[in-house]
Amino acid sequence: MAEVEIKTTTINFGPQHPAAHGVLRLVLEMDGEVVERADPHIGLLHRGTEKLIEYKTYLQAVPYFDRLDYVSPMNQEHAFALATEKLLGIEVPRRAQFIRVLFSEITRLLNHLLNVTTFAMDVGALTPALWAFEEREKLMEFYEAVSGARMHSAYFRPGGVGRDMPAGLARMIDDYVDTLPAVIADIEHLLNNNRIFKQRCIEIGMISQEDAIDWGFSGPMLRSAGVPWDLRKSQPYDVYAEMDFDIPVGKTGDCFERYMVRIEEMRQSIRIIKQAIADMPTGPVKTTDPKVSPPPRSAMKNSMEALIHHFKLYTEGYHVPEGEVYAAVEAPKGEFGVYLVSDGGNRPYRCRIRGPGFLHLSATDFLCKGHMLADAAAIVGSMDIVFGEIDR
Amino acid sequence: MALLDRTARTLLLAELVSGMAKTFSYMFKRRATVNYPYEKGPLSPRFRGEHALRRYPNGEERCIACKLCEAICPAQAITIEAEPREDGSRRTTRYDIDMTKCIYCGLCEEACPVDAIVEGPNFEFATETRAELFYDKQKLLENGDRWEMEIAARLAADAPYR
Repeated sequence: MAEVEIKTTTINFGPQHPAAHGVLRLVLEMDGEVVERADPHIGLLHRGTEKLIEYKTYLQAVPYFDRLDYVSPMNQEHAFALATEKLLGIEVPRRAQFIRVLFSEITRLLNHLLNVTTFAMDVGALTPALWAFEEREKLMEFYEAVSGARMHSAYFRPGGVGRDMPAGLARMIDDYVDTLPAVIADIEHLLNNNRIFKQRCIEIGMISQEDAIDWGFSGPMLRSAGVPWDLRKSQPYDVYAEMDFDIPVGKTGDCFERYMVRIEEMRQSIRIIKQAIADMPTGPVKTTDPKVSPPPRSAMKNSMEALIHHFKLYTEGYHVPEGEVYAAVEAPKGEFGVYLVSDGGNRPYRCRIRGPGFLHLSATDFLCKGHMLADAAAIVGSMDIVFGEIDR
Repeated sequence: MALLDRTARTLLLAELVSGMAKTFSYMFKRRATVNYPYEKGPLSPRFRGEHALRRYPNGEERCIACKLCEAICPAQAITIEAEPREDGSRRTTRYDIDMTKCIYCGLCEEACPVDAIVEGPNFEFATETRAELFYDKQKLLENGDRWEMEIAARLAADAPYR
């Protein structure tokens, strides 16, 4: 009998697939049920954020950062605020730094609660998502209390934060995070030893330390492969240097390790939140430089000078000295960086955004090759990708 | 012994059964959901919802057409035209907000020097047609009249932080 060559089948995974996490279109070349090649197609959520920011003042650009990775908005504002502050050369008041650290960690909780449980949903466990969404709702109430929006907060501004925290909120957050470990423990109770979850995760999508570094991984993806790299420790920004926390590190770099690293990061976030609340000083929450931060409303209504500053800041904005700067934060998904070039004007000349998800997604082919189709869904779920930041 | 223990656990589906028991125990917890149209979650005084144009207590509209909100709006959702009124005061002849463009960032409210444009507590303004979301001055002033009590209370509550 003559030899028959079986050609690979090409299938489309997404963009409407519920496990495609948004608008990922994955073209898979399949040999039976085994993935031969995975080809991620991106761009379906492209909004031209980088170009838009070139036409916005520095204050107007802030809300655009919420909409990149819409699961962890404040961390991205943080990167932009740090970059702008570096260019301006201004000092951020200590209270603002503490508030930023506090809310960065709340954002991390929000992100990991979503990712861990939707990942579990991708591999068949529906219940944890219901529990985590309840907790997310409570955390988003804190978001709403400080900024007025549950998700797109526009709260971290260059020079500090938008407004001070309302009285009593710190206490509420402190009380709330005491209840969170029990929920995390419940989620772990369902998943950690579950044989189905383990079969779907362990030794799926493995990556070695060297490969993870070569592919440009960061965040939990890199740490799960065994590299103890965290920007909060290696180049601390704001008051992270004063916080006492550990970096969870995995060994094998498979889907299960990524899950475990994220679970442990949530515990560390709770530790940081407790410290940030305990040590939070009083004082101003934005820089007192009237050329950068708008005056309080009472001053604006009574002082001519403040009114002039107010008008100037809300029309022309502030001019940022010429130069270029890169600022990165440890966003929940990895290193989120903003590269700003200023030509001395009131708008950025160029704003390049480095989203961690883009680099993680580019390794899809490397991670999926040789795995089954169902494992591709697990791998994509464990990468924690959000298309807002990949397509920008 | 460890092997025996593990085998017994595997055969008896120990982790699955205990997981199901944990799930079942959640049935006796207080429910977290609210009966939405009748019950609602809490809103802080800073909540950024539907826009409204406010008036002074004597009925005079606050907006003086300084166009700061138009200038700061990142989405360019606000359009203002202005000319002096018969009595000589500067007022808007047109104040439109395209609610489909608006990103609810709250910068217009921050920019307004006379507390005229505010983002109120209302988030239930879904419409059946797109055209209904192109708000004009009359609609915004009506919103202001309808929500004034609540807006004034919210502004007073948040005043120390602004």
